[in-house]
Amino acid sequence: MSDITNNDYDILVKKQSPTTKSYKTIPLAFITGGLICALGQAFINFYLSMGVNKDTAFTAASITLILLATLATGLNFYDNIAKFGGAGTLVPITGFANAITAPALEFKSEGYILGLGAKLFAIAGPVIVYGIASGILYGLAAYVLKL
Amino acid sequence: MFMQYFWAFVVGGAICAVGQVLIDYTKMTPARILVSFVVLGVVLGALGLYQPLVEFAGGGASVPLIGFGHLIAKGTLEAVKQKGLLGALSGGLASTAAGISASIFFALIVALIFKPKEKA
Repeated sequence: MSDITNNDYDILVKKQSPTTKSYKTIPLAFITGGLICALGQAFINFYLSMGVNKDTAFTAASITLILLATLATGLNFYDNIAKFGGAGTLVPITGFANAITAPALEFKSEGYILGLGAKLFAIAGPVIVYGIASGILYGLAAYVLKL
Repeated sequence: MFMQYFWAFVVGGAICAVGQVLIDYTKMTPARILVSFVVLGVVLGALGLYQPLVEFAGGGASVPLIGFGHLIAKGTLEAVKQKGLLGALSGGLASTAAGISASIFFALIVALIFKPKEKA
């Protein structure tokens, strides 16, 4: 066995790893994510045209995107967009819906409670835990500081 | 009308591009990025910095997961104003309840109905 340091090893790994072509991935993420957001805007305008208030329109638009992304995940279609869209399909709320649905579907074979039911929260769990926790800290600060 | 879609596209696209930069140049996993963006949204919402972007870019700001964090902060502040200390606990989930519940429910139905993809 040759004695290589961890540092040498890191350099070797970097050389061997396929280079991420950022000049491609970043514009593709921009375009894909931008289109999903523009679609969200179209839903917001649609719900506003039905006479609901702004907050309701925003929420309804998000839920519509969630529904579409969940269906697309079930149909194995979302993965295909994600292959070239990268973060453009991860960062929008549709990526959250996909991250909930995909493991739930994949682990269905391990049972409906600890398979489907538990894995449904594999990504949603951490997101909700840290999101709600930071919200509570903000709430406490707002209460103490009387914002 | 056109400009509204244009800015939704540009702002939303830019936020996603930031996520792609994190994937390409750091070792952040998708799960870490989602968590970070939501927490970032709470922070930006708490500082009052995100609402102007939502007014400006609409879906471009509300659709990315930062918007979800912003909604937690917004709901928390409103609830603290109305209910005091209890609002700090109830506000964040209340304002995001519809989105979270919808995600869970839709995912359950789809996971029950559809077949997992074949492992290649």
